[in-house]
Amino acid sequence: MTEFGFKLSQSNRIDLDETDNSVFKKVAIIVPDIKLCFNCGSCSASCTSTHFKRVSFRSAILLLNRGHNKEAISMLKSCMLCGKCILVCPRGIDTRNIIINILKAEEEMK
Amino acid sequence: MKERLIFGYDPFVLPFLIGMIFIIAYLLVGTVRIILSLNNNEKKQLFRIFIPVNAYKIVKDIILDCLLHVKIFKRNLLLGYMHSSIAFGWFMLIVLGHIEVMLFTPQRNGIFYYPIFFRYFVMETEETLQGAFFFFVMDFFLLIILSGIALAIYKRFRSHRLGMKQTTKLRLGDNIALYSLWLIFPLRLLAESFTADISGGSFITKGINDLFHSFVSNPANTLPVWWAYSCALGLFFFTLPFSRYMHIPTEILLIVLRHVGINATSLRDGYSEAEIYSCSRCGICIDACPMSFEKKDVKFTSVYFIRLLRRREIAEQPADLCLMCNKCVEVCPVGIDSTKLKLICREINNGAISFDYTPVKYNSPLKREKLLYYGGCMTNLTPSISTAISKILDKAEISYVHLDKDQTICCGRPLLLSGNLKGARELINKNREAIISSGCTTLLLSCPICYKMFKEEYDLKGIEVVHHSVYINNLVKSKRIVLKKTTDTCVYHDPCELGRGSGIYEQPRELLSSMMLLKDSPLQNNESICCGGSLGSISMPFAKRKIITGGSLDNLLTNDPDLLVTSCPLCLKTFTPLNSKRTADIAQVVSEQMIN
Repeated sequence: MTEFGFKLSQSNRIDLDETDNSVFKKVAIIVPDIKLCFNCGSCSASCTSTHFKRVSFRSAILLLNRGHNKEAISMLKSCMLCGKCILVCPRGIDTRNIIINILKAEEEMK
Repeated sequence: MKERLIFGYDPFVLPFLIGMIFIIAYLLVGTVRIILSLNNNEKKQLFRIFIPVNAYKIVKDIILDCLLHVKIFKRNLLLGYMHSSIAFGWFMLIVLGHIEVMLFTPQRNGIFYYPIFFRYFVMETEETLQGAFFFFVMDFFLLIILSGIALAIYKRFRSHRLGMKQTTKLRLGDNIALYSLWLIFPLRLLAESFTADISGGSFITKGINDLFHSFVSNPANTLPVWWAYSCALGLFFFTLPFSRYMHIPTEILLIVLRHVGINATSLRDGYSEAEIYSCSRCGICIDACPMSFEKKDVKFTSVYFIRLLRRREIAEQPADLCLMCNKCVEVCPVGIDSTKLKLICREINNGAISFDYTPVKYNSPLKREKLLYYGGCMTNLTPSISTAISKILDKAEISYVHLDKDQTICCGRPLLLSGNLKGARELINKNREAIISSGCTTLLLSCPICYKMFKEEYDLKGIEVVHHSVYINNLVKSKRIVLKKTTDTCVYHDPCELGRGSGIYEQPRELLSSMMLLKDSPLQNNESICCGGSLGSISMPFAKRKIITGGSLDNLLTNDPDLLVTSCPLCLKTFTPLNSKRTADIAQVVSEQMIN
C-alpha cells in the first residue's frame, strides 16, 4: 500500500471521570471570568513573554479544563503580567487575575 | 478676679478628670508601643528630630495641618473653615484657659481641670480689665467653634454644599464621639452663661445670661449644666480611642515619623500603625476614588480599606481592586500613603508566587547610539505611537536604537504593583543590563508606567530617563522640529503614572498649546481621573473598568474638544473604544503637525 503520510494518532479523548480539573474549578470560584474564554487566541498572539518561551493563556485555560494542570502552570510561569492580554480580549476577561490565581493555586498545591 | 471656692474643687469635674487621665495614659502607652515596634535603624532615625531643619518642618506641619487644616482649605473654603474652626478654636480655648490660670490664680497651676472649668471657680471683681479682655477672646473663639459645629451638623445632611458628594458612613464609636463633640461646645456656652453674672463673661455668655436671667440665675440650674459639660468631655475622651477622632493625637506622631524619614514597611507596625490611626475618615478620598462612580463600590475606597486594617479585618479585596491611581494619596489632608499599605497587603498575598524568567533575554547586542528608545509592552500594542516617534526622530535627524523592536522585556512595574517584588527584580536586572551595555546616554520612553519604573527602581546612573512628551517638547523648543497650528481644540488627559506619579503636568500641555487650543477639564492635573485601564488593579473586572472609563471621559469632554490627547499607550487603548471623539497620543498629534 502507498504511504500517504497519514497514521493513526493516540487518542486525545478526555475522560471526564478521570481528569482532575480542580485547579480550574478553584480559580473559577474566585474569578468566574475564566469560563467566558472561547479560546480565540488573541491573548497568545499579543503576548510579550511568548517571544522567549511559549506562554499562552488560551492554551493554559484549555489544558486546565482538561486536567493537564502541570503543563498549564508551566506555560504561565514566564508571564510578566504586563496586561496586554486584558486589552485585546474580546470577552473582557480579567486575565491577569486568573493567571495570578492559577499560580497561587500551584503554590498551595506544593 | 478671685476664687469663689476655697478648695478649688467640685465633684462635677470628675467625669472630665477621669476621662483625661484615661486618654493621657492610653496615648502614652500607644506612643511607646509604636516607637518600640520600630526597628533599630528607624529608632536611630528618630534622633533626627533634633536637627533644626526637621524640627522646624515638624512644627510648621503640625500648625498648618493639624490646627489650621490648610490642605482642606485649598480644596473647599467652607470645609476648611469647618475643620480649622473646631481644631484651632479648641486649641486656643485650651491655651487661653491656661494663660488665665497662670495670670489670675497662679496657685492652681498644674491642676488639670482648672483651666477648663475656670469660670466656675472664679468670681469677678470690678478692677480687672485684663479679665474682661480674656473673656472676650474666649467668647470669640467659642463662637468660632460653634459656627464650625453648626457647619458640621449641616454637613451631615447636605454634604455637597461643603464640596463633598459623599461622606463616610460612621459606626457606633464614631457616632458617640461625634455627638459628644457636638455637645461639648453648646454645653460650655450654656454652662459659662449660667455663671456669667458671678464670674463675668463677654458678649455671648453675658448676653445669654441677661436674656434668660430668671432661668439662669436660679442656682439650682447651674450645677446640672456644668455636670453635663464635664460629662460630655469625659465621654468624648473615653470614646476617642474607639473613634476616628484618634487622628487628633496620632497625626502629630505621624508628622514626626514622616519628617525623620521613616516609611511604612508592614501592615501594622510602627509607621503604618500611626498612619492607620491618623485617618480621620474625613471622606475626601471617597469622592476622589474612581470607584465611587458606582455607589456600591464606595466600600472599596481607601477610607474603608484603612478602617478594615484598623479593625484587623481582612482587607484583601479593596487592596486588590485598587487601581493605584494614587489620587486618594494626593488629596488626603493627612498625607496617608494608602497605596503603599495596599501594596504591602498584596506583597503578603502574591509575593510568594514564583515566576520563571530564565529564558527571557534580549537577542542581539545593540548598535551603539546615544539615544535608546524603549517602547514597552503597551507601546507594542499601539504601534501608532512608536511609528509617530520614529517619524519625529527622523525629522529631527536624531539617530537612535529601538531596544524592544522585536521583543520586549516588561519593565516590571505590573509585577511590582501586583506585589511580586522578586519577579520584578529579575526583569529589572535583565533590562538594566541591556540598557547599560548599550552605552546610551538618554533613555526615551513612550509609556508613563515604564517611565516611573525606570526613573525610580532602575538606578541608571549617568543615563537620562525621559518621557516622550518631555523629549518632543524639548525638540520643539530647540527648533529641531517645527510645528504648524490648527484650529482644532483638544483636551489633555494626565496619565496617573506621569502626572501624580512623576509630577509631569506642564510639558505636554506646553507642547499641545503650541499646536492647537488646549481646553480645560473640570478635574485635571493632579485631580485627573484614571482612565480605568490601570494595571495597578489586580482584580477589577471589565464591567467596572468600563464605568470608570465612561466617568473619566465625561469629565474630559465637558468643554467639548475635538480631540482627546493623552501621553500613555494604555490610556489611549482604554479610551479609544468608548470615546465618541478622536483619541490620540501626543506623539501622533505632533507627527501630524510637523512641517516638512
